Amino acid sequence: MFDFSVVTTWLHSLLSGWMGDSLAILVESVLVALVIITIYAIFAIIMIYAERKVCAAFQCRIGPDRVGKWGLLQVISDVLKMMTKEVINFRKTDQFLHRIAPFLVVTASMVTFACLPWNKGAQIIDFNVGVFFFLAVGSVGVVGILLAGWSSNNKFALVGSMRAGAQIISYELSIGLVMLSMICLTGTMSFSEICQQQAEFGWNIFRGHIVAIPAFVIYLIAGNAECNRGPFDLPESESELTAGYHTEYSGMDFGFYYLAEYLNIVICAGMAATMFLGGWAPLVVPGLDGFNEVMAYIPGFVWFIGKTFFVVALLLWIRWTFPRLRVDQILRLEWKYLMPMSMVLLVLMAVLVSFGLTF
Amino acid sequence: MNFTLFVTALLTGLGFVGLVSVLVKLLAPRSFNAQKEDPFECGIPTRGRSWMQFRVGYYLFAILFLMFDVETMFLFPWAVVMRTLGPAALLSIGFFLFILVLGLAYAWKKGALEWQ
Repeated sequence: MFDFSVVTTWLHSLLSGWMGDSLAILVESVLVALVIITIYAIFAIIMIYAERKVCAAFQCRIGPDRVGKWGLLQVISDVLKMMTKEVINFRKTDQFLHRIAPFLVVTASMVTFACLPWNKGAQIIDFNVGVFFFLAVGSVGVVGILLAGWSSNNKFALVGSMRAGAQIISYELSIGLVMLSMICLTGTMSFSEICQQQAEFGWNIFRGHIVAIPAFVIYLIAGNAECNRGPFDLPESESELTAGYHTEYSGMDFGFYYLAEYLNIVICAGMAATMFLGGWAPLVVPGLDGFNEVMAYIPGFVWFIGKTFFVVALLLWIRWTFPRLRVDQILRLEWKYLMPMSMVLLVLMAVLVSFGLTF
Repeated sequence: MNFTLFVTALLTGLGFVGLVSVLVKLLAPRSFNAQKEDPFECGIPTRGRSWMQFRVGYYLFAILFLMFDVETMFLFPWAVVMRTLGPAALLSIGFFLFILVLGLAYAWKKGALEWQ
């Protein structure tokens, strides 16, 4: 398995040889920032294109196909268009809150994006309390959404943001609980160690067997609700609330919400891949040595991105298949079904782990 | 090193939004029109302000969330050492989880989980 930290240590020694240690760290930070922005932008473009094409396929349409071959340049032209649109900032909003809301939403999604383990050694933020950090930073985005709705001086935006707040904080509980059961299984909160263990002992979804599979399903449902998508798109339900909490944002200010929303899907799917499907760890079938050898040749980032897009495809499928729920149904689903179920799963996992019944 | 990278990611996010906003300000046209002073809402002229009293149901769920989220936060350190402690860890957290479930049952019975 290729270890990416070879590259980073080589770069660090090269740079600190040229210049001082502190200057080298500064240059590396700038490089990391550029890498984050580039990958972020690439994934946003892929996600928006995929969403439009998949949606079109589900509705028996062709989808974008005019700009570039198969409409591949459509998203880029959309971005250019958005950047040349006027940003209307009228005086009746709460100016300060209206301005800082996109900062909060995009920053929260970028920092959580930097937590994803792409390959062995290729992870930007790797705290030993990684999962906790991820959950903590991820919930800052809610504050941005609430601010956006409140500061807009718009009743529909207010209703949308309140719904988003109630829904996202509720589903965060079950996400926290199913992640806890996976922490029970691995005994660590650092993403790199979780992936390392899965490379050694097999993916968590196989290792935790009867508990991990329902936990994965609960994670998918709750993650879908976290992203305000699919059957849970009440905060921006276009047929009742115009566009929800970002109605009063125009031009690129709206673009930031759009960007963060699509990246949140990638982050949610990437986290599912990390916690349940092994992150960058290849598929290992005990007994089939030849098969395992071949699988180990595929680089880690290919595994990670492949698993992420597998989960993204599931989320898109759910989004375009199910009708929207009502707000009382959403809250009932979380508080009366998913949360008690994830608590039971946590206890079951604790029993399994303490009596050594996992693989 | 980790904190440096965290600060880097944080500044990247803030700087990205800031820089793009400045770029947009340079690129985008601007014009003034009395209609633009009003919120769009749903297209027709709005009535009154939107900063008003709001439904209490959302507040109730926020309170419930706060309770359970703080309690799950206490479970994180337990989950990490779970494997090394073995069955003893199960006993020590059993009482805590019992209180957690009791709280949920109480909220359920009181009808706090219903959306009226």
